[in-house]
Amino acid sequence: MRSAASGVTITVGLSSCGIAAGAADVARAFEREVKERDLDVRVRRTGCVGMCYNEPIVDVEVEGLGKLTYGGIAADNVARIVEEHVVGGQPIEEWLVRAEGRDLPDDAYYSRQVRLVLRNAGEIDPESIDEYVEAGGYGALKKALTSMSGEDVVREITDSGLRGRGGAGFPTGVKWDLCRRQKAEPKYMIVNADEGDPGAFMDRSILEGDPHSVLEGLAIAAYAVGASEGFVYARAEYPLAVKRLKIAIADSRERGFLGERVLGSGFSFDVHVKEGAGAFVCGEETALIASIEGKRGMPRLRPPYPAVSGLWGQPTNNNNVETYANVPWIIKNGAAAYASYGTDTSKGTKVFALAGKIVRGGLVEVPMGIPLKDVIYEVGGGIPGGRRFKAVQLGGPSGGCDPEEHIDIEIDYESVTKTGAIMGSGGLVVMDDTTCMVDIARFFLRFTQDESCGKCTFCRVGTKRMLEILERICDGDGREGDIELLQELGEKIISSSLCGLGQSAPNPVLTTLKYFRDEYEAHIRERRCPALACRPLITFEIDRDKCTGCTVCARKCPVDAVTGEKKQVHTIDQDLCTKCGACRDACKFDAVTVR
Amino acid sequence: MENGIPGIASTGDLAAVVDRVAHVYEGARGSLIPILQDVQAEIGYLPPEVMERIAERAGVPASQVFGVASFYSQFRLEPVGKHIIRVCHGTACHVQGARAITEAILNELDVEEGGTTEDGKFTVEPVACLGCCSLAPVIMIGEDAFGRLTPDEARRIVREYDR
Repeated sequence: MRSAASGVTITVGLSSCGIAAGAADVARAFEREVKERDLDVRVRRTGCVGMCYNEPIVDVEVEGLGKLTYGGIAADNVARIVEEHVVGGQPIEEWLVRAEGRDLPDDAYYSRQVRLVLRNAGEIDPESIDEYVEAGGYGALKKALTSMSGEDVVREITDSGLRGRGGAGFPTGVKWDLCRRQKAEPKYMIVNADEGDPGAFMDRSILEGDPHSVLEGLAIAAYAVGASEGFVYARAEYPLAVKRLKIAIADSRERGFLGERVLGSGFSFDVHVKEGAGAFVCGEETALIASIEGKRGMPRLRPPYPAVSGLWGQPTNNNNVETYANVPWIIKNGAAAYASYGTDTSKGTKVFALAGKIVRGGLVEVPMGIPLKDVIYEVGGGIPGGRRFKAVQLGGPSGGCDPEEHIDIEIDYESVTKTGAIMGSGGLVVMDDTTCMVDIARFFLRFTQDESCGKCTFCRVGTKRMLEILERICDGDGREGDIELLQELGEKIISSSLCGLGQSAPNPVLTTLKYFRDEYEAHIRERRCPALACRPLITFEIDRDKCTGCTVCARKCPVDAVTGEKKQVHTIDQDLCTKCGACRDACKFDAVTVR
Repeated sequence: MENGIPGIASTGDLAAVVDRVAHVYEGARGSLIPILQDVQAEIGYLPPEVMERIAERAGVPASQVFGVASFYSQFRLEPVGKHIIRVCHGTACHVQGARAITEAILNELDVEEGGTTEDGKFTVEPVACLGCCSLAPVIMIGEDAFGRLTPDEARRIVREYDR
């Protein structure tokens, strides 16, 4: 992709996780080093390649040596890389995480991945439209505008089997067709970039790493549906994604891929960015529309569906970021090629954000139908610290926790739903035996209760009541009948709520009740937390036989609850102890026990 | 600084900010939220007189402005500190110890969750998810993100900002 005549190219991953891990400093260090030594080296930036557990990531391409990738690089390491690899031609083997022609331990992270949506992520500079075009970008838009009718595009997407990647999995072609058949004008497009599920960062990575792929998909969709204006509704918590999106839109307009008479055709389409203001419920399409209209983000009844009457009462097509990002690939390579991946009902690939208690956490794109077990153990490398797998949370606050017995399922919409969870937007949080499932249920309820818009009584009051019960249980104040009450409340909230938030808020509770009922019972009947996580139910003590009196724990304790003389066994004052765990984390002798 | 907002000396100035922002969005539909966002970006929060002025300019009842401002968590109706520390409480961060990070920061700054330090330097608030899950636990100070934190690391970073 880069011309062979250029000297050396160094690429630094500069998306939000890279930057949070220190990549900006690394990039600056390379620029400084290269300048000081007066080398013919190009230092460039790219988006998230997905290997987040190894951030900051640096690719070094020296002619003759191929492309080699370093992981976990700090600014201090830069001088050595330049000296030994760039100048000396000797790569630093122990820092390599990926390399053409070499077998490395982390190759397993990529061997099962099929990167269609993430085709450009980690390769191109997300702020360069030239690099996007050079990689084949906007070729699909051209193909659609010059050789396909709107109907042809809809048919292609329908035949591909693409389903909405935001969580609901509604067939995209069917949605576009409905909007296309409406006669009212103007029609609007919306990109739902309000990725609010805690634990999900797929859309952020796509927008930060390859914003043009979304714009191209959006433009193709607008052509298919007959829309003239589009809005990208992006979370305010994603400032870098918003920034790169705005750059991409401006560049795209300049090149004629957006605006009046796109690519000289009769099709005109422009895009604006609308920033969210911090409301999870605005990920729900009718609440999102209300928000664009300047109102409180409260959902409304459907029908009418937005495709018929949406933004400002006009036909509106709303899809998720990842859904749009699939479109250029499908138009370019054809529906059959896309449908060759996946299962009968769930075609193509899915991007997952693998996080939690996992060795290799990051962004992965796998074909639908891959066993969940393979994603966790083969791609993710299993559970760190030698701990035991306990559950995997799929689908965010609308989803559920699947235990070991379901780990063999093949990931597709229907299989996941059968277990009680949902595919959701792609958040996959792995938990081990130190995670308390009752605490997890409470965690999600706290979130959804806070984010409930308040319109429906069962959601507004019901989630609050469920949360109160869970708080009592975690505090050691659970009662007989609580489990049954949670079950009943959960079912009623689901059946009486207007929108997806209420309809799915009880899911984490219901799935943990189904699979981890014994934990709830231990909390209620024995005032015991099996995972030793719920603070009111655990006690920290110092083992007399192991304590050496080094005083480290006493110094670390934020509430001065640990006392003891030097070289004497220390003790913890239970009245002062807040169970924060600082003493246990500090002790080098394993002398702090938790019961 | 009559109302403690740096650079804005009087109510007249506040009105000027609102008028300027409202003018930018004149004629645009559904602009109430962008107006609130831009005004808050300049002033730091949304005092009642500002919301009333926005209502006048936007041609909507003040109660509607208040309704929108109080619905979205981004809008602050109280002044904030110079640095806003957002502690991520997303699923991955929760599982990786966000609670301990929050406590360390609150303890270090002697402030309540969601509150502002007495010297006005820091506001500490929990947020649902910053999207840096592989680097859990994560905090953001302003636009800078910090990951893979331990409680001690978090304290150290906060102390750096305090200098």
